[in-house]
Amino acid sequence: MSTKRGKKGDVLLEMKDVKVDGFSDERWHKIIKGIDITLHRGEVMGLIGESGAGKSTLGLAAMGFTKPGCKITSGSIIFDGQDLVLASDEEKRALWGTRIAYVAQSAAASFNPAHRLLDQTVEASLNQGLQPRAAAEADARDLYGQLQLPDPENIGDRYPHQVSGGQLQRMMTAMAMSPRPDLIIFDEPTTALDVTTQVEVLVAMREIVEKFNTAALYITHDLAVVAQMADVIKVLRYGNEVEEAETRQMLESPKEDYTKSLWSVRALEKTESPSDDVVLSIDNVDAAYGGGVKVLHDVSIRIPRGRTVAVVGESGSGKSTTARVITGLLPPMTGSVQFNGEPLPAALKDRTKDQLQRIQMIYQSADTAMNPRQTIAETIGRPLEFYHGLTGKAKQERILELLEMIELDQSFYDRFPNELSGGQKQRVCIARALAADPEIIICDEVTSALDQIVQEGILKLLLRLQKDYNITYLFITHDIAVVQAISDEIVVMYQGAVVEQGGKNEIMSPPYPDYTQLLLNSVPDMDPDWLTNLVEARG
Amino acid sequence: MTDSTQSYSAAAEVGQLRERRTRWQIIKIELAKAPYSAWFGLIVIAFYLFVALFAPLLAPHGEAEIFSQSFAPWGGEHVFGTDQIGRDIFSRLIFGARNTMGIALATTLMSFTIGGGLGLVAAISGGWTDQLLSRAVDVLMAIPGLIFALMLLTIFGSSILSLIMIIAVLDSTRVFRLTRSVAVSVVVMDYVEAAKLRGEKLPWIMRREILPNIMPPLIAEFGLRFSFVFLTIAALSFLGLGIQPPTADWGSMVRDNASMIQFAKYDLTAALTPMIPAGAIALLTVAVNFVVDWFLHKTSGLNDEH
Repeated sequence: MSTKRGKKGDVLLEMKDVKVDGFSDERWHKIIKGIDITLHRGEVMGLIGESGAGKSTLGLAAMGFTKPGCKITSGSIIFDGQDLVLASDEEKRALWGTRIAYVAQSAAASFNPAHRLLDQTVEASLNQGLQPRAAAEADARDLYGQLQLPDPENIGDRYPHQVSGGQLQRMMTAMAMSPRPDLIIFDEPTTALDVTTQVEVLVAMREIVEKFNTAALYITHDLAVVAQMADVIKVLRYGNEVEEAETRQMLESPKEDYTKSLWSVRALEKTESPSDDVVLSIDNVDAAYGGGVKVLHDVSIRIPRGRTVAVVGESGSGKSTTARVITGLLPPMTGSVQFNGEPLPAALKDRTKDQLQRIQMIYQSADTAMNPRQTIAETIGRPLEFYHGLTGKAKQERILELLEMIELDQSFYDRFPNELSGGQKQRVCIARALAADPEIIICDEVTSALDQIVQEGILKLLLRLQKDYNITYLFITHDIAVVQAISDEIVVMYQGAVVEQGGKNEIMSPPYPDYTQLLLNSVPDMDPDWLTNLVEARG
Repeated sequence: MTDSTQSYSAAAEVGQLRERRTRWQIIKIELAKAPYSAWFGLIVIAFYLFVALFAPLLAPHGEAEIFSQSFAPWGGEHVFGTDQIGRDIFSRLIFGARNTMGIALATTLMSFTIGGGLGLVAAISGGWTDQLLSRAVDVLMAIPGLIFALMLLTIFGSSILSLIMIIAVLDSTRVFRLTRSVAVSVVVMDYVEAAKLRGEKLPWIMRREILPNIMPPLIAEFGLRFSFVFLTIAALSFLGLGIQPPTADWGSMVRDNASMIQFAKYDLTAALTPMIPAGAIALLTVAVNFVVDWFLHKTSGLNDEH
């Protein structure tokens, strides 16, 4: 194995003036408009940018691969002396999986559910005849141990659905590492994970890449994550390179305005303003799905009028279940929900139209929250018609007014959701909630599927609407930066129970309960030493 | 417009540029790209529909008009001769298009109303309602269809109404299963939950939120079910339990003239007479299948062009 491996510092991958076109809607579009990459052995390059910047396409092009409907139109991709643009499929197949590996965003969708993890981990090594099975399997177990997976001897005998998301993501890193590739392409490997899990995966990936002197392209839209992983950062936009610099230099003094704007998102902060006028409160609620295991234990939350209460916690902590109790989708076993001092019927079907109208909800994924067969006008117009009886001209005018409130122009009126970007869709969902004239809006991870810049736009919009119309938000999130930006009060949840509730300043300053501490210091900083320091601090 | 000036999105860019075509324009573009098999199917179906609609104008003789000569040979006044009691075969073929297709269409529509409606209710309600309906369907499907239909027809008598009702109910089981399975994946979407939270009633959720999103597979299934119902009715008529005389129907026409096959060595055209209604049944079935194949290919998102 060591014979093919050059020493650190040699150029491993050299991409020159690479252009990629994609075919959609009956014509070719330019996706990558001429980008150079030089990657040395053992070097990790971070590729960042918003969605649509061409990060993933570029990452795949580095393997000489394009998605169906795309093609590399010009440029050269020299991997260890071989031009992948000119290479035949067979030559490329010999490289893929063994010398160039790929770690995808969704580990759950990337494993075959019908095979054991160990068999999938060693598959590439065996196919290319690199190692006998026994040796490959022993090596895989060793990798599991290095990636901090529990019970490394036996975890490989499990099936993909028998391990957690974070474990599966590390499993995929083990699979990529098994044939000891020279280059790994990580495509948003931690985006789907909780902050607390993300830290574990990042540490494991960084250590193993360092140990085997593997070069990597690390694709992400999270700046703080890339700061931990990469030696060099390249910023992309619209398929062009904005700038490239060493990580430290890039963080300290970004040159381009666009890069600076990416940095500024995390600076958004709301000053806390306390209030005692409670609009909605949950008292001692226990809840379970289908009479099974209890998922909420004695949860009490009070939400002051015109303020934002952020509910934070990792997945499975009961954040969304709390929202379901408030909306009536999941009637609690014990406890009650009070709205404006009066008890709210537990079940959705017992609530009056008036009560329903006052509590609205915005979802995480705007894609599934809008009916793809309804135009924007129909989507926003229905609550107007349903709750307020508006029809014809009055309805049309109100829809245009709402579009203006969410900063979209009239041209959106008769468009369908698939003609909108992610941020625009989320704005329309906000308009739909606003159309009902609610007192309280429950926002369930509304920004977590969006890029940083789009996120900032949505948060600013929500803050402005709160100021103008005195709307109350219950904001469910796992992103501490978002909490800083929008909340007045914070509720920390862990395993179905409230750990802490209080004003933002109080919660965000020490002393913390153990879990709050863990949650807060798992959020990556923009400091490249953050991960190293954290690992040392945690021992 | 902070959003569109600061961030780039391919979907939004395409949205800005996309020509807003009318439905008619889209249909014209799709038709121009359709394969020959689809064109063939569409032309055949159009022809059948034309014949069915204008049957009284096109047919040279009445549907049940009896002439003196039975088993008349081809040519002359009777293009395809006459049958065993002296009715004009050509005229009965034309009226048969109307009867067989009309009854098949009514049956298919009925089975979609029953099966589709209950399938949606099962998908949205879940729980006991779903269990009850699904198991009832399982029971119905466990009984061999044609034999069950024969039995029910013997009990209720072979009127056109009972024919339509019985086949529709038996066929709705398959529609139920399809509708339920495609609707189940739409029911879990957030927009359906949003509609429930808004306080929308069941019919509105069915009609406005779910139905538009499951139309493509249902339309394709409609074509296929129509073919099957059409074949079932023809089979029942052939067995004498379907459409009753004097109403002209292709299935019973095959049976009435089946014995003429034996005369092939004396008069080839006479032997061909029972083949004509059989061929008419086969041709329509093939045509509908071609169109459904094309439609499924278009809507399933399969794109093998590049």
